Amino acid sequence: MRIVVSGVGTVSAIGLNVAESLRALAGKKSGIEPLSLFESGHKGKLPVGEVKADNRMLAEMLAIHPGKTISRTALLGMSAAQEAYGDACLPDRKNEGLRIGFISGTSVGGMDLSEHFYADHLQSPAKGRLRQIISHDCGDSTEKIASRLGINDYITTVSTACSSGANAVIAGARLIKHGFLDCVIAGGTDALCRFTLNGFASLKIVDEYPCRPFDESRQGLNLGEGAGYIVLEKETNRYPQSYGYLLAGANICEAFHQTASSPEGNGALLSMQKALQTGNLQTKQIDYINLHGTGTPNNDMAEGNAIRRLFGATPPYLSSTKAYTGHTLGACGGIEAVFSLLAIKYGLVFPNLNFTTPIAGHGLIPETEYGENRRIKTVMSNSFGFGGNMSTLIFSAI
Amino acid sequence: MKETIYITGASSITPLLPQKPSPYTYTAQDIPPCTYTETIRSACKEPDYKAYITDPAARRRMSRVVKMGLTAALQCLSGAGEMPGAIITATGLGCLSDTEKFLRTLIENKEELLNPTPFIQSTFNTVGSQIAISTKNMAYNNTYVHRGVSFESALLDGMMMLAGGEAESVLVGSYEELTATSFDIQSRLGFFRKGGKAGEGAQFFLLSAKEKSPCILRDLAFAFQPTPDELLEKAADFLLKNKVQKADIEMLISGDGGNEEEFTFYDKIEKNFPETQVVKYKHLTGDYQTVSSFALWLGTQIMGKADSPKKILIYNHFRNINHTFILLESRFDK
Repeated sequence: MRIVVSGVGTVSAIGLNVAESLRALAGKKSGIEPLSLFESGHKGKLPVGEVKADNRMLAEMLAIHPGKTISRTALLGMSAAQEAYGDACLPDRKNEGLRIGFISGTSVGGMDLSEHFYADHLQSPAKGRLRQIISHDCGDSTEKIASRLGINDYITTVSTACSSGANAVIAGARLIKHGFLDCVIAGGTDALCRFTLNGFASLKIVDEYPCRPFDESRQGLNLGEGAGYIVLEKETNRYPQSYGYLLAGANICEAFHQTASSPEGNGALLSMQKALQTGNLQTKQIDYINLHGTGTPNNDMAEGNAIRRLFGATPPYLSSTKAYTGHTLGACGGIEAVFSLLAIKYGLVFPNLNFTTPIAGHGLIPETEYGENRRIKTVMSNSFGFGGNMSTLIFSAI
Repeated sequence: MKETIYITGASSITPLLPQKPSPYTYTAQDIPPCTYTETIRSACKEPDYKAYITDPAARRRMSRVVKMGLTAALQCLSGAGEMPGAIITATGLGCLSDTEKFLRTLIENKEELLNPTPFIQSTFNTVGSQIAISTKNMAYNNTYVHRGVSFESALLDGMMMLAGGEAESVLVGSYEELTATSFDIQSRLGFFRKGGKAGEGAQFFLLSAKEKSPCILRDLAFAFQPTPDELLEKAADFLLKNKVQKADIEMLISGDGGNEEEFTFYDKIEKNFPETQVVKYKHLTGDYQTVSSFALWLGTQIMGKADSPKKILIYNHFRNINHTFILLESRFDK
């Protein structure tokens, strides 16, 4: 059974919806700017990919009462999931009796609120607003988004760090293949917060300048935030439009190190190989790879080496979109799945911003210009995370 | 599930209950009777981790819950022949003490000079990753983190992988730790106002479609925010789908933990099976998001003898919102 993608939705630093994102991608307009969202020693200095709407604006757009305490992770997720849900015309398809599931990936959950609670709680255990802690767990945003869409057949949350969104998509496809559900909205959401910003800063893999994925001079990543969801359906459903097939998904663990990838890229190689195998595909059939490409010295070396080992001297079009959005952690698998499907639907290749010099080790040269009218039939999207959790999705034209 | 899935290994690190040396030796009589008079907080009886996590430096870096989860997984895998084709973990709140530690230093040090180790180990997939690293297993690796369905989501994923031939055996487990802060918060939120207690634990299972065992994991069902009547309907559909009569369920492992605010649904289900022996366990474990994994562990210990119940139904809900059923079957060869 093949799985069709019938709807997409996204919000990130480069747009509050798919149309805005496409315009920014075409205009080579990055969303990376100095931190402004919350109080921090990094405010005004460290470049990040903030969604250009504060919580109040997001709530207003979603017609949610501003007095309600809802995590930013949930607000971003609602925005993107609602767009995908509407894009697949699901609100008008209630009479089809579809069993619909919602599977969301997130790495921080409601941490943007809990960190406020905890600061007060540290002063005294009796302190801290309880409404800022009840959404701490990862399931909270998922349930709020699902309830908004009226989904209750199956709801769950995946958290495998930066591959969460991609793994949610893989899990969703399996649920449809096994006849457990007819349709799944899958992807991920994550909000910027002090916890992750300082966590990545403490690891010394954050660049003080705009990130330069796959460039020799790269110094690290810029954190971002956002959400991206796609609607997966059984091929036999009566979906009104389609973006492509989800041909294959691979999830592996490099079992090498808690935070680093092996420099030769063994895990990335296995992930891509397994995805090709599952989809019964040859390397020459891949037209474009949306790279994980975070801009850290370690990732871009490992991922590039793996691509060289797998694709040899003539790799397909390559680009990382993280210089646009920043690294959106648990959301990037969802957001980049949306970008990959747009590449197929409209024949696009997105530029890898801020690239000038290839990495000495593998010498890969990503696309630096926005490409239109390309023959993009099959796209690979990589998402690699802490813990060695590495995943690859492959989408193809119908 | 159409395919028969066997539970070929099970382990538990839990507050109470003697650890018997071999599986399938329990009867319902081995479970101490319910008493809700003791403390409202249960902490695990932890094994000596040295035997499992031999590298002292690694052991020092790991927080308590990482050691608990990893050790439970290694205990479950000990004696297993082949490497599992998937590692699927589940947790409601993840590595809480490391999360708190990083948050605390972040606030106290005003974002300066932070040690990254607690941040690294605070991610929800830390245990799954550590299992992979310590057993050198590069297979499918996933972590589910959804309140009261975290564990069942992991089980379902694993069962489908076996049914679809994606793996021949899968390791599925859960881990949860109770910290002083989380206990404070739960108390302030009034979770124990009307009974019940807070707990923690780690349980792991090896599932196989190939190797047989006395315990068959037949099927699962989920309900999100049902009314009591919708829940009964869900239970009836679940039995029907698996061609099981009410009277065939010889034992019900009920998640009732003495919390009055959560009693309505348990009462509904227990009364729905008037002929069935009801076993409860939360007085031993306390309550937590992934506690139904302990119910499954209990089920595996009871199954497999000549006088074992032929079918066990496990029912649990988390704070009246996430409801799950697990159906077990005993396979006994003379």
